[in-house]
Amino acid sequence: MAVLEVKNIEKHFESTKVLRDVSFDLEEGSALAIIGSSGSGKTTLLRCLNFLEVPDRGSIVVRGETLFDAARPLKEQEKDLRRKRLHFGMVFQSFNLFPQYTALENVTLSEKLLAKERPDFKQNKKEILEEIEKHGKALLEQMGLAERMEHYPHQLSGGQQQRVAIARALALQPDILCFDEPTSALDPELTGEVLKVIRGLADQHTTMIIVTHEMSFARDVADQIIFMDEGVIVEQGDARQVIDHPKEERTRQFLTKY
Amino acid sequence: MFWSVTLSLLDGLWTSFEIFIFTLLFSLPLGLILSFGAMSRWRLLRGLIQTLVWIIRGTPLMLQLIIIFYGPGLWLGHNIWNGSESGRITATVVAFSINYACYFSVIFRGGIEGVPVGQREAGEVLGMTKSQIFFKVTLLQMIKRVVPPMSNEVMTLVKDTSLARIIAAYELTFAGYSFMKSQGITWPLFYTGVFYLAFVGILTLLFNYIERRLDYFR
Repeated sequence: MAVLEVKNIEKHFESTKVLRDVSFDLEEGSALAIIGSSGSGKTTLLRCLNFLEVPDRGSIVVRGETLFDAARPLKEQEKDLRRKRLHFGMVFQSFNLFPQYTALENVTLSEKLLAKERPDFKQNKKEILEEIEKHGKALLEQMGLAERMEHYPHQLSGGQQQRVAIARALALQPDILCFDEPTSALDPELTGEVLKVIRGLADQHTTMIIVTHEMSFARDVADQIIFMDEGVIVEQGDARQVIDHPKEERTRQFLTKY
Repeated sequence: MFWSVTLSLLDGLWTSFEIFIFTLLFSLPLGLILSFGAMSRWRLLRGLIQTLVWIIRGTPLMLQLIIIFYGPGLWLGHNIWNGSESGRITATVVAFSINYACYFSVIFRGGIEGVPVGQREAGEVLGMTKSQIFFKVTLLQMIKRVVPPMSNEVMTLVKDTSLARIIAAYELTFAGYSFMKSQGITWPLFYTGVFYLAFVGILTLLFNYIERRLDYFR
């Protein structure tokens, strides 16, 4: 069964339509890459999934639960918004790490805040916090940052910062991890280390949506690819198929640029 | 003579210090509330606050002080401040708090708006509440941004306390001036200046310390 079903999403900013009738499914454990030129609506789509933008039409269903349906009143949608958001993790193009916290604190902050809402938090405070700390350290180790846990973001390279951001997004164990051009703000020589980490996550069958301009990476790592243009899904299919043998003329035109 | 001047100036300094500290105590939170109002979704509230800030920043603090101290007595027929020294200090603190809150609100707004939107968004996608995002993410970054402009305002406030003289509150400048008037000597005026310099000097050290403490992140 699909872990995520996106149905007929539409979004416009003032008079410009940014997304038109976007629908797709995502299987558990699979990676989806979204490609397309700037302004094609890829980022807006990810932002809609994370409720950073409210779609004007359409619905978002995760594991059979309708998280959003534009047909229903907005007030009702905003209820439980925080809980709904936790289905998705988000890695931003510009990292958006919290500068006043160390790498480890960045990873553990949200988990600690959520733990405070647990009914048993007062009794087991010490154990719970230790557990969270351990979890955060394990995630940073997995990202190859064992030596950098106590560093502040400005003491880390861009690639290291983005890996901390990935660990931070993983900390709350989202159903679907979203990447918004995770390497676009990085120097070419730092892109590799971030892509390697994402590849590792794909190998572990993390369910992911990756908006990217790295075509060969998308081809190798993603199971499915969506090509978007002017807010529409132009082509969608098996990753290698779409990159190597695109069916649509527009996809072909786009890919020749890479 | 030197000792009697010193004691008298210390007395005046105490009044200036009271005005200074109580003004900060009230105007800082009030300024933060005003800055939230100035960024509100409701246009009416935004408009009201913009108008208030315009009026307060656009007229002399001395004029505001005179109106706040003498106004109620003339309008209501009795002086709500009572004529004693403490009443004068209270009126000064009220006038100063409103005035400084308006300046602070603009500084705070700049500080909050200067924190990149991505910080709030990162907090949102991590399931934080609005207040968690403000207190755990935005606040410290905002403080770091507002420390330099705040230090300007706070030092101006030290010297603005001398305006309380206009409603005959016995503050530092009044104390120094009274010796010139009664004894015809000017050196207490320079001595008064030394008191202000020491006051501002301590604040400079304090602000340097705060800036250093916030230096660990960028």
